[in-house]
Amino acid sequence: MSGVAKTKGPGDDVPVSGDLVALSGVNKHFGALHVLQDIDLTIARGEVVVVIGPSGSGKSTLCRTINRLETIDSGAISIDGKPLPQEGRELARLRADVGMVFQSFNLFAHKTVLENVMLGQLKVRRTEKKAAEEKARALLDRVGVGSQCDKYPAQLSGGQQQRVAIARALAMDPKVILFDEPTSALDPEMINEVLEVMQQLARDGMTMVVVTHEMGFARSAANRVVFMADGRIVEEAAPEEFFSNPRSDRAKDFLSKILHH
Amino acid sequence: MFDFLDSGQYDLLGAFWVTVRLTVYSAIGSLIWGTLLAGMRVGPIPLMRAFGTGYVNVVRNTPLTIVVVGCSLGLHQTLQITFGGGDSADIGFRMAVLGLVAYTGTFVCEALRSGINTVPMGQAEAARALGLGFFQVLTLIILPQAFRSVVAPLANVLIALTKNTTVASAIGVAEASLLMKEMIENEANALFAIFAVVAFGFMVLTLPTGLLLGWVAKRVAVKR
Repeated sequence: MSGVAKTKGPGDDVPVSGDLVALSGVNKHFGALHVLQDIDLTIARGEVVVVIGPSGSGKSTLCRTINRLETIDSGAISIDGKPLPQEGRELARLRADVGMVFQSFNLFAHKTVLENVMLGQLKVRRTEKKAAEEKARALLDRVGVGSQCDKYPAQLSGGQQQRVAIARALAMDPKVILFDEPTSALDPEMINEVLEVMQQLARDGMTMVVVTHEMGFARSAANRVVFMADGRIVEEAAPEEFFSNPRSDRAKDFLSKILHH
Repeated sequence: MFDFLDSGQYDLLGAFWVTVRLTVYSAIGSLIWGTLLAGMRVGPIPLMRAFGTGYVNVVRNTPLTIVVVGCSLGLHQTLQITFGGGDSADIGFRMAVLGLVAYTGTFVCEALRSGINTVPMGQAEAARALGLGFFQVLTLIILPQAFRSVVAPLANVLIALTKNTTVASAIGVAEASLLMKEMIENEANALFAIFAVVAFGFMVLTLPTGLLLGWVAKRVAVKR
């Protein structure tokens, strides 16, 4: 369990300057619980990294530290070469470049679907209203909910809401999108419609960090799989490599529990 | 029994009109002041949080009469602050509004803060993740949802405020209860009729408020 078994993945071919997200020596505690322990992780431009692991292994926390929704105790995180600033205007500017999709969608409940996708463009990017609306409609069409523009989030199914949330993130033209268990709150029949949108994004070259339990998505769309357990990155490998030939006992144990039943 | 109304000696409608004006100005003022206080209390700046908490706890627990009389005696008569001069009736009216706003703002603040607590954490997180700053998150995402969930409690505050305007009679503002005092002195034989008329007048103001805002509360509720 100790030590990180690293296999050469597609991300390793990219020179260091291509790293979009870099975490080094990141530690975080929740009280006595050491949720993130010496995390080193780099994500290259255009790379799709899937983070998997048992519950409570710190994968969601890891995802949320990247745009500083969770603060860290020690270590360094940089995005596109710039270290993560303290809370304030600088941080807000940086967050605008980092999209985030949440487990519970978190669409703004008092705004229509269209307004949800326009808000960031209008208030953060200061886009003109007409252009923002055009872009929002185009994005909503792209994720397949173009006909729901004037509804409120509560009137949509979970799968539709999550696709709106993806459109909302895309509207900011982010450099990277963080997905924090995007399908975990969905009914089984709605998972695929969300995964298909994500797969399309991956094919289009979007840089993505995806915390998920969907092993199928990890196999088909990921460039690299990061396996976490007990607050550490235990193993990093290309998906075929990881699923067919896990190196650590912890990963073998985890995979045996989820893949064979 | 209600002959005192026909004598033409008492301007009942005029007095209630002063009550209505006191209520409306104070309601608008307390809504603004209460929102500012709530913003301070949930904000990231420790000094403002401390001020908001201290202010609310001191003023909310001070009797309204003391606040209103304090404004009149302290600000007007001692410090000569008049907010634009005019005759003593105008100044008294303004002092009463100031006292009512200072006092009622604390209740608006606390109602609003409980509304803020009904907005799920994720709403603010999603807004911050988009790159919105604290002030934008508060004004675009949190407060609009918080207000919708506290329309009913704010209706209570408004009804209490309407009735609290009677305290303005303590500094001589010619609203309904001051007229009532005058009528009682002159028409002691019609005491209960006078009570009934004034109480009825207040109910005419407050009952529709409650009904209307109850309906509004249902209409604007955020569906989750």
